[in-house]
Order: sequence, then C-alpha cells, then structure tokens
Amino acid sequence: MGTKIMKGLLKYIKPYGFYMLLTLCLKFIAALMDLLIPSVLARIIDEIVPLRDIRLIFTWGGVMILCAIVSVTTNVTANRMAEVSAGGMTRSIRHDLFSRITYLGAGQLDDFTIPSVVSRLTSDTYNVNRMLSRMQRIGVRGPILLIGGIVITMTMDPKLTLVLVASLPFILLIVAVITGKSVKIYERQQSVLDDMVRVIRENITGVRVIRALSKTGYERERFDRVNETLAETERRAGSVSAASNPATTLVLNLGLTMVILVGALLVQKGESGPGTIIAFLSYFTIILNAMLGITRIFIMFSKGLASAKRITEVLEAPEDMEILPYEEENGKNPSSGEEYHVEFRNVSFSYLHRKNNLTNISFSLKKGEVLGIIGPTGSGKSTIVNLLLRFYDAGEGEILINGRDIRTIPLTDLRQKFGVVFQNDYLMAESIEKNIDYFRGLSGKEIGKAAEMALAKEFISGKEGEMGADVAVRGNNLSGGQKQRIMIARALAGEPEILILDDASSALDYRTDALFRKALGEHFPDTTILMIAQRISSLQGADHILLLEDGECIGYGTHEELLAGSKFYRQIYDLQMGGGLTQ
Amino acid sequence: MNDRKDREGKGKRAPRKYLLLRLWTYLSRYRLLLFAGAAFMLLSNILSLLGPKLSGKAIDAIGIKKGGVDFERVLYYVSLMAVFYLLSAVFSYILSLLTIQLTRNVIYQMRKDVFESLLGLPVSFFDKYQTGDIISVVSYDVDTVNQSLAGDFLQILQSVITVVFSLVMMLTIAPAMVLIFAVTIPASVLMTRFVTSRSRPLYRVRSKKLGELNGFVEEMLGGQKTTRAYGREREVIDAFDGKNGTAVDANTKAEYYGTLSGPSVNFMNNISLALISIFGSLLYLYGKIGLGDVSSFVQYSRKFSGPINETANIIGELQSAFAAAERVFRLIDELPEAPDAQKAAVLTEVYGDVLFEKVNFSYEPGQPILSDFDLRAHSGWQIAIVGPTGAGKTTVINLLMRFYDAQSGAIFLDGQNIYGIRRESLRGAFSMVLQDTWLFQGTVFENLVYGNESIPMEKVVEAAKAAEIHSYIMSLPKGYDTVLSDNGVHISKGQKQLLTIARAMLSDAHMLIMDEATSNVDTRTEMQIQTAMRKLMENKTCFVIAHRLSTIRNADMILVVKGGRIIERGTHEQLLERKGFYYELYEAQFEHKS
Repeated sequence: MGTKIMKGLLKYIKPYGFYMLLTLCLKFIAALMDLLIPSVLARIIDEIVPLRDIRLIFTWGGVMILCAIVSVTTNVTANRMAEVSAGGMTRSIRHDLFSRITYLGAGQLDDFTIPSVVSRLTSDTYNVNRMLSRMQRIGVRGPILLIGGIVITMTMDPKLTLVLVASLPFILLIVAVITGKSVKIYERQQSVLDDMVRVIRENITGVRVIRALSKTGYERERFDRVNETLAETERRAGSVSAASNPATTLVLNLGLTMVILVGALLVQKGESGPGTIIAFLSYFTIILNAMLGITRIFIMFSKGLASAKRITEVLEAPEDMEILPYEEENGKNPSSGEEYHVEFRNVSFSYLHRKNNLTNISFSLKKGEVLGIIGPTGSGKSTIVNLLLRFYDAGEGEILINGRDIRTIPLTDLRQKFGVVFQNDYLMAESIEKNIDYFRGLSGKEIGKAAEMALAKEFISGKEGEMGADVAVRGNNLSGGQKQRIMIARALAGEPEILILDDASSALDYRTDALFRKALGEHFPDTTILMIAQRISSLQGADHILLLEDGECIGYGTHEELLAGSKFYRQIYDLQMGGGLTQ
Repeated sequence: MNDRKDREGKGKRAPRKYLLLRLWTYLSRYRLLLFAGAAFMLLSNILSLLGPKLSGKAIDAIGIKKGGVDFERVLYYVSLMAVFYLLSAVFSYILSLLTIQLTRNVIYQMRKDVFESLLGLPVSFFDKYQTGDIISVVSYDVDTVNQSLAGDFLQILQSVITVVFSLVMMLTIAPAMVLIFAVTIPASVLMTRFVTSRSRPLYRVRSKKLGELNGFVEEMLGGQKTTRAYGREREVIDAFDGKNGTAVDANTKAEYYGTLSGPSVNFMNNISLALISIFGSLLYLYGKIGLGDVSSFVQYSRKFSGPINETANIIGELQSAFAAAERVFRLIDELPEAPDAQKAAVLTEVYGDVLFEKVNFSYEPGQPILSDFDLRAHSGWQIAIVGPTGAGKTTVINLLMRFYDAQSGAIFLDGQNIYGIRRESLRGAFSMVLQDTWLFQGTVFENLVYGNESIPMEKVVEAAKAAEIHSYIMSLPKGYDTVLSDNGVHISKGQKQLLTIARAMLSDAHMLIMDEATSNVDTRTEMQIQTAMRKLMENKTCFVIAHRLSTIRNADMILVVKGGRIIERGTHEQLLERKGFYYELYEAQFEHKS
C-alpha cells in the first residue's frame, strides 16, 4: 500500500526534483556547519588551550562565528525553497484531485459522498502539504545531522561511536512500530472527520426543517456523538505517537551514560581524552535532537501518508465512461437512417443491478420535436435524462443522437449539444448573470435574450443591480419560480441542439408556464425538447408523450391519442382538469 | 467567515490579549489536568536537567590524566544518570498523555460551542454564508487552534522552567560567562518579534483563503452534474485553480516568515556557543574554572538555548492558531436569534387561530416583500396561498415560523402575539413539509420518526402506506433499515417528498405548513394520498402553498397574493366567479405550446 502511494506522490515531486535537490544541498551545508561548530569547540579545548595562544583562540572562535553565519543563511534560504516547492506540489495535487472529481461519474461521486470529497480536497491535501514541507525542512536536516554526527564522532573515537550506534536499532524499532500503528489511526481519524462534516452540512442545509420540527436538541445529541467519537479517535492517535518522543530520548540518553562509562575506561587506558568526551556529549545532543526530529517526521509522515492514501483513492478511481470507437459505416444504419435526432432503442437500466429502473424504452424524435414524459413518482423519468446525458450507461439497448451511438461520442462533444435544467438543479452564490452564463463566457446580449425567453427579465430588472444582483447561497433569496427561471435561462443561453427540462417549471404558476411554452415554440423551433412534467397542461402540446410507470412505457403518442387510448392518462387528465378531486 | 459583502466591523481583528484570555477560559476548565501536567513536566525536566551536571561530575572524576580515573565515582554518577533519565522519560510520556487528554477536551468543547452557536443562529445566517466556509471553521480552524494550544501552553511553561534552571546552574559555574547571553537573548527576542509581526496577518489571510476554497468546492460539487451537463469542467477547474492558487500562495507566504524563526534563533545559539568557547577557554587559561565546568556550561547553554528556540517556534505557530481562533470566536459570537422575551410564554394548548395584522417585511431595505399584509386563519381552516412566483408566499411562512421577523405589524396565534411566545414552543406547534425536502444520513426509519424513536414501527408503516411510499421502501435492500445516503440508494425528488409527508404525518403538531409539498409528486399519487392528507389536515390549521390548483381547490380560503398584498380571497368557486387573477391562473392550465 505504502509504495503505491509513494509512487503516486513521486509524480508530483519529480518536476521539483532539481529544486528540491538544491534545497537538500543547502540543508546539507547548513547541517555541516552545525556539525562543525562543536568539533571546532573540541579543537579549541583539546589543542588550542594547551598552547596558551590567545590569538589562536580568537581565530578559531571567529571560524565558529563564520560557520554560524553560513548556517543561518543557507537554512533560511532552504526553508523558503522547501515552502515554495511544497506549495507548488500541493497546488498540482489539488488541481489534479479537483479535476478528477469534476470528471467523476455521477455514481462514483455518490459513492465517495460530497463531504468526504471536500475534506479530501482541503484537509487531506493540507496534511500532505505539511508533510512535504516538513520533510524537506527537518527531514533532510535530521538524517544529515545523524549521519554526519556519527561520521565525525567516528573519526574522533570509533569505539565510543560504536556505543552510540548500538542504540540506533532500538530507536528504529520504536519508530517502525509507532508509524505502522499511526497510519491506520490517522486514516480512521480522517474518516470520522468526514462524518462530523456531514452532520454540520446536514444541519446547515436542513436548518429550516430542523427548526420547524424543534429538533435542535436531537441534532445537538447527534453532533455530540460524532464530536465525541472524533475526539476519542484523535486522542488515540495522539497517544500512540506521543510515545515516540520519550522512548527515543530515553534510549539515546542511556546510550549517553554508556559513552561516559566506556569513555572512562578509554581514558584510563589513555586511548581518549576528556575533551573528546565533552565534544562527544555535545554531538550526542545534536544526534538526539536529530533523532527526535526524525521521529517527528515519521509521525507527520504517517499522518501525511494516511491523507495521501485517501487522495490516491479518488485520483485512481477508474474512468467510468469509456468512449467506444466510432466507425462511420456502423453509424449509418439504413433502416433507421439519420432522420432521427434523438433515439432510444429498447433501453433498459438498473442503478443497483437489482430491479430494473427502466425496461425496454424506445422512442425517436426528429429535429425540433418535443417529447413529453409523464408518469408517477419514481417511474424512471429522470433516469431517461441521466442516460441520455450519459451519466450512466444503459444496461441494454442503445441511445442514438443523429444515428450515432452516444457511447461513441466524446463526452464533451455529446454534452455540448444539450441545455439542461435538472430536477435538483442548483444556483451558485454569484450574480444572476454569472449563473446564467455558467462559465461559458457568453455575451451580455445572449444572456439577456435567454433571460427574456425564460421570462426572467421582469423580475431581474426589479432587482437592485439587475443582472449583476447577487444570488444568495443555494438561491435562498429567490422564490422557487425565480430560481427555476434563471435555470431555464441558463439552459436556453447556449442555444442548445437538445433541451432537457426535468420538472423545470414545477414552481412556475400556470400562466408563466404557459407563456414560457409559447415562447419556446416560437423561438426555438429547431430545438429538440425533452420535457418532464407532472402537469398535463405543460405537455399536451408535445409531438409525442411517453407515459411511464415502474420504468415501463405504458403509453406513447400524442395527447389526443393517449386521451383516447390510455385509461391511466385519461385518469390523470381528469384529475388535473376537473372534478377528479372533488368527486 | 468570509462575508462576500464584508460588512462593516467584520474585518476588525481581535486584540491578542482578548484572544489569549478567551483561549485561557477553555484551558482553565481543565485546571486539574493542567496542574497535573505542570507537575509531571517539572519532575521530568528537573530530572533530565540534572543530567549535564552529573555528566560533568563524571568527567571530572575521569580526570585528564591517563590512569587517573576514579571508577567508583564515575560509576556512581553514571548510574544516577541512567535512573534519572528513565524516570524523566516515564514522566514525560505521562505528560504527553495528559496534554493530549487536555487538548482533546478543549477541541471537543470548542467544536461543541461552535455547533451550539450554529443551532442558535437565525436562518438568515445560513442564507448568507457558504456552507463550505462554515465547515472550514469547525474542522480546519478549530483543529489549527488546538494543534498547538494546550501543548504549547505547557511547552512554554516548560521552557520557562528550563531557562530558569539552566541559568541558575550556569551562574553557579561561571557568572561572568552568563553575560554573553545578555547580548544574544535580546537579539533572539527582537528577531522573534519581527517574525511574528510579519506572519500573523499572513496566517489570517491563509485561514480566510482556505475557507473560501472550501466554500467554492462545496458549492461546485453540489452542482457537479450541471457542470458536466454543460461541459464546463475545464472552466470550473480554471476557477478552482484561481482559488487554489491564492490559498496555496497565502499558505506559502505565511510559512515563509514562519520558517525564519527557527534558523535565526539557532544562529543566535551558535554565536553564543562560539563566544562561550572563546571566553571559557580564556577563563580556563587564567585558572578561573575547571575543564568539567566548561563542559557543563556548554551543555547548559545548549539546554538553555533549546527552549528559547522552541519558544520562538511556538510563537510562530501560535500566530496561525490566533488567526484561526479569530475565525472560530467570530462564529461563536455571531448574534443568535434575538433571545425570547423574559416572560415569553410556552404554548400548552394550541387551537391554531392565526392572525396577521398590517405586517410589513423586506429582506433587503427598500425592496418590500409584504406590505400591510392582513390574514385571518380560523382554527382548523385550510388556507391556500397562491400567486405568481416571487409574490411573497414563502415569506408568509418564514414570518409565521419566525425564521425572519417582520419589520412592523403583528402576528397572533390564538390571540397571543407570537413575539411573546418561545420560539421553540411556537415552532413545535407546526409540522412542515417543504419543497426542498431534507433527509439526513440515517435509516429510512430514523428519517421518518426523526428523533422520536419511541414511535412504534406499526405506526411508521401505517404512515408510509398512507403516503404511498411503503412499497418503495420495501423495494430497498433493507427496507426500513436501509441507510439513506448520497450513495447507492437512488431516490427521486417526488419520493423524497412522500417521505417527508410521512414524517409530517408522524408528528403531532397542531398546525401544518405545506410549501409546494407535492410539487414533484405526480397527480395520480397525489390523489392516492389525498385521503391520508385530508386526515393529516383534519383538525389542524393548514397553510398550503401550491401552484397546482387541483391541490388547493378544497381549501376553506384561498388567498391570492401579488406584489406583497392579498388581492383576492375566497373559496375556489367564489374566486372563479369573480373572474379575476385567480380565474386567469386557473384558465392558464388549459393553454399549451401551440
């Protein structure tokens, strides 16, 4: 698992390879200087002092100061470079992650869930950023100080050094055990964090219902539970990693006492001097600090690794929609011809692969025709839209646009043809204009025209700032009908080939709805339209009406034909147009 | 929080003293833990601080001459060292555990406080701020505050102890050499000050930008399907890159200064060491101190500078904690809904007689939504509100539920002004089905009973059957125990509405609000649930907003609202006869695309 994630990270590290190498070199110089300083100190005490030459003492003192200056300059520069490269890498990781998320299939996003995806994008990338920068800042320094310290002590006194080195395997063991444990706990911690975020989100989006039902107490408990779990998980994660510091310090300090003991033996034999032992102790402090730095890195590393794993999960989510090769000849099926603009041929589909959500659906529309779709709640109306836009692939049968299987059309080309208003569509907290434009860079004229077609012009001009007026979060400063009209304007603004309106006028009053349909007929004669609605009045002018029940087509024809031929349709019509409800 | 229109006073920064005091109130709740932590820290440090002194003694015992080692004394000191280090490690581990416990308690409390504040905030707050930004405060900012808070507090305490102890030890060895620190310490302090003054505003920007990024991501993911349908992935990614760029830059910039403090204080330490070796050598030459003293002094000076170094780092880190704490406290301090009046009544029995008297309301000044709005709903009546979109229908509900308060005029429930009733009590008198259905992640059962787990299963099934959603529930993998989440279960908007209707049926409130409650339910299903709906509305005062006129034709009174006023009122038949606006609306049903 770890190696795969590291490989993924390596991709981001590579472009900064040279830069990071330079950082490493600077860090190396800085560390070298820090190592030199105590050895100069040892030299002063052991060699210069007995000479009783004050000038030499000052000279070597000056060397120490020089080393200090070199150390600080290189250190600061390297730290800054580390931040720059870590920032750059974080930026690309986030970019790739967001891109991948944007292109995730509808089912895949559902599986990850939005709160989890959001925290992967922010909190997890932040952890990785910290890991990348700290690894460079301390991670390079630690090992260099460690190895350098060992090498220098080795030249001073190999025997004493062996005493020191003997303690390292113990430390390695401690670090390995702790890291292994932490990765798992941190991963769990992040996933509990997702849960907490989800509860907050639900409380924000459902604030009206929660207040209306006076359930704040219940929600308080719900949050308390997840909050407690999170605190507990964090506590456990902390307890594990907290052990590393005292354990490392203890092992090293015990090593230090051993050095003194062995040193005493060596001095006794005349194989070493007390100055060496003093310097040794000094190096020991450096090595100890380096070791502590390294263990801290490992903790940070395990946290970063846990986050990196969550990020990789998304990045490596398989491409869900494959574009099939398109062969010209295959597309030209003489029997069906290209006269049809949109065609469903015996399409069946199931979301969960249990029960069919659509069964054997067929219809064909010529350019400019209008298809009305009506049917009970949960009968598969929106599923047709999902399939046509290829958010999901049909299980059986085929869907054709201009006689070409949509699975052979690149997704961007395919979706370019559409203007859509979804049933659960959304508005951004941006200006009305930007909401209609929706990142397409349309001209003010096009946007204005679309708003006019969608009968939104009137209420927009009543707003302060008109087109520039702000839409509140989730469109909460607009009425349901106003929201829908902005969405409709959005769908119309691109002059789409095919227009999909999924219950897009449910919040419009009858009059506005009727006016809108009239405008649609007059100004968009060549646009093929799929219109899902509950009101027969919205659909009765359609060229074809598809009547759905439980995913099956139970009637297809014009309004008149259905009125004559379908009891079910007749019943709905009666209900809506007259006496039905009064009985 | 990032107010898009940056209200006045919002950008004001809290003085550091105030922040510290506020943070202290969190810590001080766990005084016992703090005290225990301090005690263990003291023990652990004194023990480890004695180390250099002991090692100096041991070296003195080794002596300078070959063969002159006093092994007995060396062994004595070395074994003492080992014991002390062992104890020190144990205490330090205990200290860490205490610190973690403390931190988690504080973080738990802080999140709880933030959430508590969210529960009390007026609905308008959530209409104004990006969801992602609010989440960023509870997750990221609280975390940032606590990453350092408790640990740093003890760390600084520890540093102070170490510094004092080292200083005393150094003074006992060679008072003259301590003078060196008179130069290097003030220099370190100045350096740290410079760094923090630069980095704090930058950390503030970092928190803000991260919140913005979070808000953007949250919003865009909510519309991912739309983005894909319009093929605008590239453009959305570009917009993301812009936000991402500023967030990363803000982080890099803040860290840029943050990284200064470590090396620069390290520099001061190195300079101290150089000066110590020069003067130490001189003093030794003049016979003022022993070689072991130089060794101990050097070690103490390292111990001494260590905490100073650490403190400098912590002060750097605290800057980011302060910046985050500002955002956390600002959210906690957001003005909650105006508190209920002292003598606010609790409703005991509700008849459901509602009266609006000359109510005026506007969301934004100068744009009145309701003007001189009058309405009388007798107990048990079914009141339907119709009218063009944007006429203020939902606003009536917002005022009745006190999600917003009217600017003038009064609303009465059973003759009692609703501003004199406890909000919780008032809202509890209603059950509500909205067009924007809201389900949370939980089982179907949990969603239906919503918090009232005592409702027996049979009643739940009965309600689901009445709402024509039972057979759908049974088709789910685990029936009523199926977890409704974003993933896996595909549920249409109409089905969600039926679920919320079933939920309303299970609530025993005396008044009912249905705001486009069945807009996505097909007419046939709607008819099938009519009986149940009627039963639901029985003996309840109901406010029904609907476009589909078939839904409301049985209403006791239909109010036609236009431009914030009631322009027509009466029953369906009366209004048709009048041939006014309602008549037009009604007739519009029969027009279609020609």
